[in-house]
Amino acid sequence: MAALLSVRGVRRPALGPVSFKLRAGECLALKGPSGSGKSLLLRALADLDPNDGEVALAGRSREAMSAPQWRRKVTYLPAEPGWWAETVGAHFPDWPAAEALVLALGLPAEARDWPILRLSTGERQRLALARALLQKPRVLLLDEPTSGLDETMRDKVEALIDDHLAAGGAAIWATHDAAQARRMAKRALVMSLGQVTEQTL
Amino acid sequence: MSYIPLTVSDLALAALLVLINGGLSLVLHLGLERQLAIATLRMIVQLFLVGLVLTKLFELVSPFWTGLAALAMVAFAGREILARQERRLSGPWAYGLGTGCMLVAAFLVTIFALTTPVNPEPWYHPRYALPLLGMILGNTMTGISLGLHTLTTSLVRDRAAVEARLTLGASRREAMLPVTRAALKSALMPIVNAMAATGLVALPGMMTGQILAGVEPAQAVKYQILIMFLIAGGTGLGATAAVLAGGMRLSDRRHRLRLDRLAAPKAGT
Repeated sequence: MAALLSVRGVRRPALGPVSFKLRAGECLALKGPSGSGKSLLLRALADLDPNDGEVALAGRSREAMSAPQWRRKVTYLPAEPGWWAETVGAHFPDWPAAEALVLALGLPAEARDWPILRLSTGERQRLALARALLQKPRVLLLDEPTSGLDETMRDKVEALIDDHLAAGGAAIWATHDAAQARRMAKRALVMSLGQVTEQTL
Repeated sequence: MSYIPLTVSDLALAALLVLINGGLSLVLHLGLERQLAIATLRMIVQLFLVGLVLTKLFELVSPFWTGLAALAMVAFAGREILARQERRLSGPWAYGLGTGCMLVAAFLVTIFALTTPVNPEPWYHPRYALPLLGMILGNTMTGISLGLHTLTTSLVRDRAAVEARLTLGASRREAMLPVTRAALKSALMPIVNAMAATGLVALPGMMTGQILAGVEPAQAVKYQILIMFLIAGGTGLGATAAVLAGGMRLSDRRHRLRLDRLAAPKAGT
């Protein structure tokens, strides 16, 4: 099958060059110690920091579209997502459309009125995932999305990502959890000092 | 006009008040006497020099020398904007952006005032041009300082929030809008407050000066209102330009937040 996301020679200070291909329906685990450059790579793929190299989605180069368009299709979810308004609901342009996802992530519909300041790390991570999934990205760049979650909630997140993969999406999942990497992915990119090697799980 | 000229002995008498401050500092061990002496001397020397320069400029009424004096004023004000920034832009932008926006805004508003409401003959007469520019410049400088300060510190603080919107497909303009708004608000608050409090809390310096010089209060009030409008215009124009340009500089055409274009924080902050 042709690559959904193809990455060739991506580099930035302290990273790369990195090359790999990601197929539709595939999840790639991203492993490596803290500070090895996992977030730098994910941010570069989302074009959030200046970087060189060729990145293409379904054969279409990222330069061929505007950066906002690119990020709607190749969406980065940081480990500590940001919030710009006071309540949860204000971060969702269409809350009714979001409700099913929010429920699937183990949060009640009343979460809409919760103030952001009172959310736990795990609640923030799940709500940010819902926010990202709602824009229907093709590729999700997940930066330790379950680090603040218990097993039940973690399973719910994994199930949602499985749905995303089954629908023809793809994901890169940075995780420190070897068991999670094996559950979600068949291949892993292992980072060390900004360089990657591929590994079969 | 009933204008009372001052003599040097008048000033010497009033200087006794500063000497009392110095004595107070000595008695109470405030350690201020040295600073106080230097500040007093600086004030005297600086003001006498400005007096000499203005006298010369008023004799010449030359567009070239008046313009040069105006540029020097802008250059000093630009240094003041720079000094008030906790997080500066890197490279020549640090001085250039604030100063450039201030130059354009203050010059436009001053020229507007000189050619339309005040309209002296010739329009660039330094007796009108320089005091007007000075008042507009001082306030525009404060507005730009506050606007840029809020812009840079908020972008650093709210980086995650701005980038969250970028990852969700917002343009840089949309993503930075809350920060841009906050920056412009903080730039404009002083002039809004000043207009609201003028006349009740304090009599503005320029109006007081005109009244002391023998101008009818009704005329002095009209001048003061004009000045407040000019200041509001200069501040709004300059701060908007500086905040928008600063936002452009701290992002790029691929809609990335570019905090790497800020200089490293000053030591101790």
